[in-house]
This record gives sequence, structure tokens and C-alpha cells, in this order.
Amino acid sequence: MSDMNVEIDTKQTSHGLNAMVGEDMADIRDYFELLKPSVMRLVVFTALVGLVVAPGYIHPFNGFISILCIAIGAGASGCLNMWYEHKLDALMSRTKNRPIPSGRITPDQALTFGLILSVGSVAMLGTLVNWFAAGFLAFTIFYYVVVYTMWLKPRTPLNIVIGGASGAFPPMIGYASVTGDVSIESLLLFLIIFMWTPAHFWALNLYIKRDYENANIPMMPSVRGEAHTRKQILAYAYITAICGIMPSVLGFAGVIYGVSALVLGVGFIYFSHLVYKHDKGAIAIKSAKNLFAFSLLYLMLLFTLLLVEHSFNILFTFNIIQFLGV
Amino acid sequence: MSIETEKYILDAVTLTDAQQKMRRRRNIAIALILAALPIMFFASTIIRLGANVADRTF
Repeated sequence: MSDMNVEIDTKQTSHGLNAMVGEDMADIRDYFELLKPSVMRLVVFTALVGLVVAPGYIHPFNGFISILCIAIGAGASGCLNMWYEHKLDALMSRTKNRPIPSGRITPDQALTFGLILSVGSVAMLGTLVNWFAAGFLAFTIFYYVVVYTMWLKPRTPLNIVIGGASGAFPPMIGYASVTGDVSIESLLLFLIIFMWTPAHFWALNLYIKRDYENANIPMMPSVRGEAHTRKQILAYAYITAICGIMPSVLGFAGVIYGVSALVLGVGFIYFSHLVYKHDKGAIAIKSAKNLFAFSLLYLMLLFTLLLVEHSFNILFTFNIIQFLGV
Repeated sequence: MSIETEKYILDAVTLTDAQQKMRRRRNIAIALILAALPIMFFASTIIRLGANVADRTF
């Protein structure tokens, strides 16, 4: 055996630094930010409502697994969206500090992370819950990343109308986790979010229009004009308000929900009318901001009411012991 | 036997304390996820088996 003294000289070459810096600048929080936690919160909440509203029984642990997988799948979509749009994100003040444009995570790392989470969440939901819900989750990820982000968003001002479907699927996936299918009830949950999305997003677009123009994203206020957008917002507000009361009309929800949905729907239409009426100056911006804030409140309250009402039904109409699986 | 001395040049960087801390946090997160996965699969399997988990007639 020969004696060999090995002298190691660490040399910081530019190649080495480039390879390492991106990887080692990222904290756990940066990876979490890639999942778009604010969107994920809404997805988790609406999926939970779909799961609770669904007829039938799912063990609470499997229910937890379903929500977890849907949340991870939604996070994966957000991550792949950030990977694809990182050059556009660098152009907008709202998004320029995201992990990829700011250099804390490299695009390749984000792509790998997003793909692993996509495949992992779908496989786990299929293996532990059911494959129909898993297929639905896979389709939702595909729809958000490919149909919305890559195809519609850079091409048409109707991007948010058609692409909004991806944000409306989670309650249907939650529902399908229990029943293994699609029903009119789950379609109604989908329709409420689907019809709500354009008014919600276009209200935001009305006061941050310039950001999207800088990034060459064809949003409705920039392409068709603000007057046309205000008309569209009003039309969608009426449709959303009607969809909002339909669960009670069709007997899927009770009187308390129905009355509350009616009042909230009137509020949504009222704030949309203000946006339609005030089209100039500071009051126009204030009206758009008010509508954006109220639209968030509207959806949260509507789904909270459904959740509370059905939770009481589960606890009192059905056997509490059976629900807990004891 | 003669002693051979050889100089290796490695293409590497030295991590700062902050970077080492972040790497450690990432490793801990991966470890927790890897530990949680089999626990979740095991728990879900037991729940699916239900009362049959005690059936050892095979």
C-alpha cells in the first residue's frame, strides 16, 4: 500500500459559485413561497367544504389525507406557474421579489420541485383515497399549468374566465374524494367559484392594470377597455349571486344559507354597480378596491355557511360515533 | 516506499454560516417528510383494514 498525502486546494471558480449559490441561497420559506400559500389557503378551504358537503362517509384521517393532497397539488401548480412565468414576474412590482426572479431559487430547482409534488400528490391521493379524485387532481394541475398559464394567459383577455375553472375544481375534488364521482351539487360549488372569479380578478385588474401591461399580459381592462370590463363585472356579479342561492333552491342547503346567500349576493351586485357607476378618478379606484375586498368576503362567507350547515347535519342528523369511526 | 504527494484542485465553495443553517433546515424538512410518509401510509392501511386488522387466519 502506498502512502499518499492528498493536499486539497479549494478553489472558488465562477462555475462552482454559479452552481452552488442558487441551491444554497434557498431557505425552506422560499420553497413554501413557491407553493403560493395564499392561493393554497383558499383551495384548502373550498376543498374542505366539498368534502364535508358530499353525501356518504369518509374516515376523518382519509379526509385529512385528501385535503393534504389537494393542497400539495395546488401548491405544485403554483410552483410550476412560477417556474414558467419567472421572466414575466421579474417585470411586475407585485411579483419581482418571488423566489425565482430574485435569484434565491433557480428555475430548474422550481421545475423539479413542482413536478415531484405534482406526481407525489396525485399518486398519494389515488393510493390512499380513490383514483377518480386523483385523476381529477391531475387534470386540475394540467389545466392550471398548461391550459391557463402556458396557453390562455398570454393570448386572450378571457384568460381568467376560462382559466378560472382550475381554481373552481378543488371543491369538486374534495367531493369526489368521498363519493368517487361528480354530481349536480359539486357542479354548483364549481359554478359559484367559476362565475365569481372574473368579477374578483377584473376588480383587481382595474387598479393594477399597468403591471400587467408592462408584462404584456392581455387582461380585459387593457385589451377591451375599462368601460367594457365594468359591464362584464356587473354581468358576472348577477350570475354569481344567482349561482350563490342555487344550493338552497335545489335543496342542497338550508334556509339560513339561502337567506344569507341572497343578502351577500345583493351586496356583491351593489359593489359591482358602484364600480360600473364610478369610472373616473380616485373614487373609481376605491370602488374597484372595495369590490375586490367584498368579493373575497363573499366567497369565504358563502362557503363557511355551507361548511357550518353541513357540519351540523353530520353531527346531529347522522350518528356522531359513526362519523368519528369509533 | 516513497511518499507521493499529489495536489487536487476541487471546484467548490465554502458555505457561509447562514447558508449552512439554511441547508440544515432544508435537510430537516426532507427528513420529516420522509418520516411522515410511511407513517401516513401505515395509518391509512390500518384504517382501511378496520376490524379485519385482527384477522390472522391466513
